[in-house]
Amino acid sequence: MEFKTILFYIFSAVTIFAALRVITARNPVHAVLFLVLAFFNVAALWMLLQAEFLALALIMVYVGAVMVLFLFVVMMLDINIERVRQGFWSNLPLGAFVGLLMVAEMGVVLSGRYFGLANFPAQNLPADYSNTKELARVLYTEFAYPFEIASVILLVAIVVAVMLTLRRRKDTKAMNPADQIAVKAKDRMRLVKMAPEVELPVAAKKGGE
Amino acid sequence: MEATVLGFFEWLWGPLWAPLWALLEPVWPLIWTLVKIVLILVPLLLSVAYLTFWERKIIGWMQVRIGPNRVGPWGLLQPIADGMKLFFKEVLFPSAADKKLFILGPIMAIAPALAAWAVIPFAPGWVLANVNAGVLYLLAISSVGVYGIIISGWASNSKYPFFAAMRASAQMISYEISMGLALITVLMVSNSLNLTEIVVAQSAGRFADMGLGALSWNWLPLLPMFGVYLISGVAETNRAPFDVVEGESEIVAGHMVEYSGMSFAMFFLAEYANMILIAAMTSIFFLGGWLSPVGFLPDGFHWLAVKMASILFFFLWIRATFPRYRYDHIMRLGWKVFVPLTLVWILVVGVWMMSPLTIWK
Repeated sequence: MEFKTILFYIFSAVTIFAALRVITARNPVHAVLFLVLAFFNVAALWMLLQAEFLALALIMVYVGAVMVLFLFVVMMLDINIERVRQGFWSNLPLGAFVGLLMVAEMGVVLSGRYFGLANFPAQNLPADYSNTKELARVLYTEFAYPFEIASVILLVAIVVAVMLTLRRRKDTKAMNPADQIAVKAKDRMRLVKMAPEVELPVAAKKGGE
Repeated sequence: MEATVLGFFEWLWGPLWAPLWALLEPVWPLIWTLVKIVLILVPLLLSVAYLTFWERKIIGWMQVRIGPNRVGPWGLLQPIADGMKLFFKEVLFPSAADKKLFILGPIMAIAPALAAWAVIPFAPGWVLANVNAGVLYLLAISSVGVYGIIISGWASNSKYPFFAAMRASAQMISYEISMGLALITVLMVSNSLNLTEIVVAQSAGRFADMGLGALSWNWLPLLPMFGVYLISGVAETNRAPFDVVEGESEIVAGHMVEYSGMSFAMFFLAEYANMILIAAMTSIFFLGGWLSPVGFLPDGFHWLAVKMASILFFFLWIRATFPRYRYDHIMRLGWKVFVPLTLVWILVVGVWMMSPLTIWK
């Protein structure tokens, strides 16, 4: 067995274990951390497929940013496990149906005429082949317009999300750093002219010093 | 280097070498990689130890004190004594802590700080993994570092560590963005994601031809990005003046409150290893890595060491100089100053590269 094959089985075993623990863990924070572990191992699997850009982007975007915020929210929520589990048996048939449907679809896709293994021979790329460069080349030439449209849609989504949650309080006491920096000493402090104190004549020196 | 080592063993073992090599050959790449990892990590951990000593000395001098001078000659054994003390102290577990995650926290802090060194080139060819996507790897690995703080902050089940976890997650994600955007300009001008190629790309230019290599490094044409990257680097490592995560006068010591002994030392090691990493990354991206600043002196690892030492001195200098930023000002600097500035500068560099005035060909 090739070393890569051993690695593949290790990573996939950990991925499956972590994914199972995501739905079975009692503590939601543990579940999120298992999801992070699953992402990490999926990234390693992609790395084995020589898709290094996707693998590293997965870690950077999902593990490094999205899951941190996720964890952040889950830690602050007071989730009642018992109440979450209440409808488990009544929802099970629907969940099982959706799950089976997904398995069936995956089976059709992976074994079908168009996506079967025979259609994707293993590729041995040269060592200096840059996945990132190839991806960028098609993204910025062939698919330039779809790419631009997708990014504009995402930008609009960001703006909308901010606008929906922005709620300015009336009594807010924000400060403007530009104003703070522009403050001069004379705006804050007033120098008062006073008559100088009159010094009394010094008493006669005592001897002995 | 590999051939020299093998030749030496062949000479050492004489006729016994051939059967031994037959046994060793299948696992030799693994052994050789482990040797290289040790060669990187041992000097790194030693530098971490002596960086703490250097920091205490420098801050001492800046505050007109002497600093540690009792253990060993000139206090040079102080970090060893500190390490021994931390090593033999008891590791305490708070009774309400989530024990597994409490142990995982420090591990998650130190692991990315060490793993990132895999792609750092120290001199031509002196690199553990010369991968094409080196910059992406660095960004990905350093973005994982925040988990150590968040996990330890939550697992401690205490208020101050949790505050630190919240501060850290917001601060580190914010500054990662400006760091990543600043790096985009470096990638644009060097046309590569490989760290070795980024350094080599800085060796060419009009000034380099005149023998003034230092002026053709990335710091000069990308000066605002150099500043953004360096300041974001300070914020990313949670060092003063951006150390609200620790904030000893507000939240005692943040995520480290409940930790003791070796588990505390892990956070300490991670912080200093990250500082050295940021120094190495800044030297490679903006200060020409191992390249010599003037034409008549040879390139080499010593130049990288000098550059890293200067940046580390800068880290210590600002710690002794500036008061701590207020939290909302940190967020303002990250999101309202650095992010727009980097976005504008990406556009400027893009237009510059496409115009006839371009200096990158």
